Amino acid sequence: MTSTDLLQGLTWQDVGYLAPEITLIAMAVLVTLLDLALPDRINRAFTGWFTLLGILGSLGFVCWHMLQLGGTGDGAGPGVVRLLGDSYRVDGYASVFKIILLGASALIILPGIRAVQRDEKVTDKGEAYTLMLPAAAGALVMCSTGDLITLFVGLELLSISTYVLVGIRKWSGRSQEGAFKYLVMGGISSAFILFGMSYIYGVTGSTNYGAIGGALTRALSDYEALVYVGFFFLIGGFAVKLAAFPFHAWAPDVYQGAPASVTAFLAVVTKGAFLAALLRFLFNTALPQMQTPFGEDILLALKLLAGSAMIAGTTAALRQRNMKRLLALSGTANTGYMLVPLAVGVGGFVQWSNAAELGFYLIAYALMATGVFTVHLVISREAGHDEMSGYAGLYYRAPWTAWAMVILLLSLAGIPLTAGFLGKLFILLSSIKSSDYWLAGIMLLSSVISYYFYFAIIRQMFMRAGETERRIPMPLGSGLTIWVCVSATITLGLFPGLAMNWMDSTISVLRDILLG
Amino acid sequence: MAETIPWLTLLVFTPILGVCVLLLVPRRQTRLLRLTAVVSALLPFMLSLWLFGQYDAATADQFREQTAWMDVALNREALNGSVTSFIYQFQYDLAIDGLSLPLVMLAAFIGCMAALASVNIRKRRKSYYVWFLLLETGMLGVFLARDLLLFFLFFELTLVAMFFLIAIWGYFDREKAANTFLIYNGLGSAVMLFAFILLIYTAGFQAVESADRVELVYSGNYDIIAANLLNPEAYVNLAPNLMGGDNPFYLSGEMKWVVFILLLVAFGIKLPVMPLHTWMLHVHKEAPVPVVMIHSGVLLKMGAYGVLRFGMLLFPAEAREAAAVIAWLGLANIMCGALLALRQQDLKLVLAYSSLSHMGIVLLGLASFNEIGVQGAVFQLVSHGLISALLFLIAGSIQERTGTTELARLGGLSRSMPFISGVLLAAGLASLGMPGLSGFVGELLSFLGLFESMKAVTVLAAAGMVITAAYVLRSVLGITFGPLRENGEELKDARLIEAVPMIALLAFIILLGLYPSVLNGTTADSVQEILSQLRAGG
Repeated sequence: MTSTDLLQGLTWQDVGYLAPEITLIAMAVLVTLLDLALPDRINRAFTGWFTLLGILGSLGFVCWHMLQLGGTGDGAGPGVVRLLGDSYRVDGYASVFKIILLGASALIILPGIRAVQRDEKVTDKGEAYTLMLPAAAGALVMCSTGDLITLFVGLELLSISTYVLVGIRKWSGRSQEGAFKYLVMGGISSAFILFGMSYIYGVTGSTNYGAIGGALTRALSDYEALVYVGFFFLIGGFAVKLAAFPFHAWAPDVYQGAPASVTAFLAVVTKGAFLAALLRFLFNTALPQMQTPFGEDILLALKLLAGSAMIAGTTAALRQRNMKRLLALSGTANTGYMLVPLAVGVGGFVQWSNAAELGFYLIAYALMATGVFTVHLVISREAGHDEMSGYAGLYYRAPWTAWAMVILLLSLAGIPLTAGFLGKLFILLSSIKSSDYWLAGIMLLSSVISYYFYFAIIRQMFMRAGETERRIPMPLGSGLTIWVCVSATITLGLFPGLAMNWMDSTISVLRDILLG
Repeated sequence: MAETIPWLTLLVFTPILGVCVLLLVPRRQTRLLRLTAVVSALLPFMLSLWLFGQYDAATADQFREQTAWMDVALNREALNGSVTSFIYQFQYDLAIDGLSLPLVMLAAFIGCMAALASVNIRKRRKSYYVWFLLLETGMLGVFLARDLLLFFLFFELTLVAMFFLIAIWGYFDREKAANTFLIYNGLGSAVMLFAFILLIYTAGFQAVESADRVELVYSGNYDIIAANLLNPEAYVNLAPNLMGGDNPFYLSGEMKWVVFILLLVAFGIKLPVMPLHTWMLHVHKEAPVPVVMIHSGVLLKMGAYGVLRFGMLLFPAEAREAAAVIAWLGLANIMCGALLALRQQDLKLVLAYSSLSHMGIVLLGLASFNEIGVQGAVFQLVSHGLISALLFLIAGSIQERTGTTELARLGGLSRSMPFISGVLLAAGLASLGMPGLSGFVGELLSFLGLFESMKAVTVLAAAGMVITAAYVLRSVLGITFGPLRENGEELKDARLIEAVPMIALLAFIILLGLYPSVLNGTTADSVQEILSQLRAGG
């Protein structure tokens, strides 16, 4: 198909299906123009609220599309909308992950509005929010893409926006260091991904997932080595962005330099978007080959990536006393958990759809990470630094926040009655399904090791005396985010069916994820 | 009427109700806080006594409460059309039988006594009682839960509550003790969860077929798993070649051994079995008195309960083959515990090693595989729970007065504290197995049971009892009699609030020593049923 064909195929109704992305971009343009046009004396807080509005509007469109497509019934609606020659898909799978990512973005931005206003090191207050919008749009594109080119567009949109966001505290040396490292590592990652894509296109003759999957068997018999090069470079590039071992060393520096809300965005939304995109790509290409040596190698590589990320993340975090660096390394371990549903394949007796386990753990992780970063936002501002000792005596200074933090940390540690426990349980069951007992063993072991540093934070809060006994005031936005995260963590810990059954009825592997 | 009220739920969640009340009580109202906590711990004990009265040894699994809690949909796209539902089910399932009843009573009683003994807690009382009551709910739930995940949930609740209780209210080295406790027991829980997941994925699978529909369920229910493991027709026992080459639910002979050993290790850490015991010494030394009472009186028993309920009852054939190993492990516990106790310079460490030694007797009883031995093991669990709780309570009282538990710095206390010294002497005699007190019955039954099958081990273990007598007398007599040390004359004897739990614990020790049938009557039928299961499987 030529490019004119594609554009002629795009009707107004199709444009309607792009409403979530268009809302975000339009709002970004609007806020930028307002930011430029209005005189300096006007407080820029309104840009934050506009950003939040844009995210919520986009979230509304995604939900509307999900209902319209008949995601909740069994195939009542059209199910899938394919746009631009199947390179962009609006389906149940995309909707689920878009809702998770947009919901997390909204929860992250809400407490950030006040924090950015009070951060004297951020000179361009307007941009601090505005750039979240194109970043979120990039994440949405990555959830929906069915084509390598579209994938790269979404990926770069997300990445470039976050490069700037990391360096938004212009007058802080750490922030500049973090931004520079992120830019260089991100650039290398993009180069890896693009290089891998070019090989994949070269041997299969297409950039469409479905067509790649179809041509792969033949390509493997003709140019086996080149296929390997293409896939490993692509997965390697993704691993850099996901901060998986051995490509995780940048994460602590970058997380430390960025403002807390940007860190939370990197930890939750960026990871989620890359995992969602990787799952769809692998389901179309490597998983159908999982009986062949090539498919086995790819899955083994993913399992090793997952297992090593868990070990590296938890052991490195053991000696960490800086909260942001600790959460970066805990994020690496959590990436390892979330890579398991991608790595175990779909063989054996069918259980969850892989996407549902990933989705559930992503929800759980988004809730606990957002909650913990929001608590950290408040505490670090009060303490003036990011060290764990800032939490000393929190129980006396803000008892309710301390209890909320305990619940979030128990969820991260995987203690029952929290969403984090069930997320790990579902992933464990799926690794048993594929008889990967060693992977399950590593997962359990790294959970136990992680007790050490999660409970170290609890020790600071409950068992150490702080420098002062002064109460810590809790801003409304932060309090709201924290308690939404805590109550959702417990609710899902008691009734996981709410999320699992929704995802199971919305996502269809055969209809949504597989192209062709 | 009695059938419609969820008695077991009431029993387990009364302490949680107490927590809710506590949260409403102002922090400064010390007396009200204490009263609420004691009442919330007393009510489960009253309920357990009532259950004991109502319990009919002839019928199995009484007062059962069973509802589906979580139904999680699994993906059924790739299955054929006749499958109407494919779910993972996690049940809220509580039941009581002759094995759990004595342990529930023990847990509720020790919990109640420990609540009384908590008067010595002087800081942050409100949060102390909150964690204390959560711990109580956890330990009651463990003995009643009949779903693997529900069991795990209660088990982890005790873990978190213990961490806070040790780390905030413990003695000098409390945080290190809490960390050691957390990591060791966390490892145990992880191993247990691994075994449970393997069981759920294989033995927990059920296909309920009717005329036009097939319902596929993964379940964590204990009864379903036990029935499937014993049923040669169940998926878990059908070799793949009988199923046309592929049976993902098949648990091969080797895998059964793997799961059995995982369970033994998981509960062995809790019990604790000999090389895995170091964490327990820290806990016994550093934790506050009421928490040690609960820990050594009830939480260690969770390990033995787990070995029996999940290890031996689910895998009788493997357990029978491993009986000799279990017996030798028990012997190692008895001998090493007793010998090390003989060399300790600190009363609390003497008691800690004594717990290790006495838990070895439980393993001997379990390894016997006959009625007397298993009854002896259960009896020993209850009896040792009472005795060790009493001993640690006294150790706490002595430490409060003299500021130390070092044997070298204690002596001649009978002059200033005749009551405490008398109770200590009685508890010591119970511990070394004096006839007429409960310790004797448990030991005797266990040894008698094992003597049938493994005479050499029994003889050696009986020799270990001589060492027990030596270390108990060495420490107890040194403390009560002997020369007076450091301003010992000004010490006051027990206050009423301390005396009440001491008398109550001692009363039960004497009662069980004189009338063992109080307990054995309820356990006998269950033990017979257990043995018939063991024989059927072995």
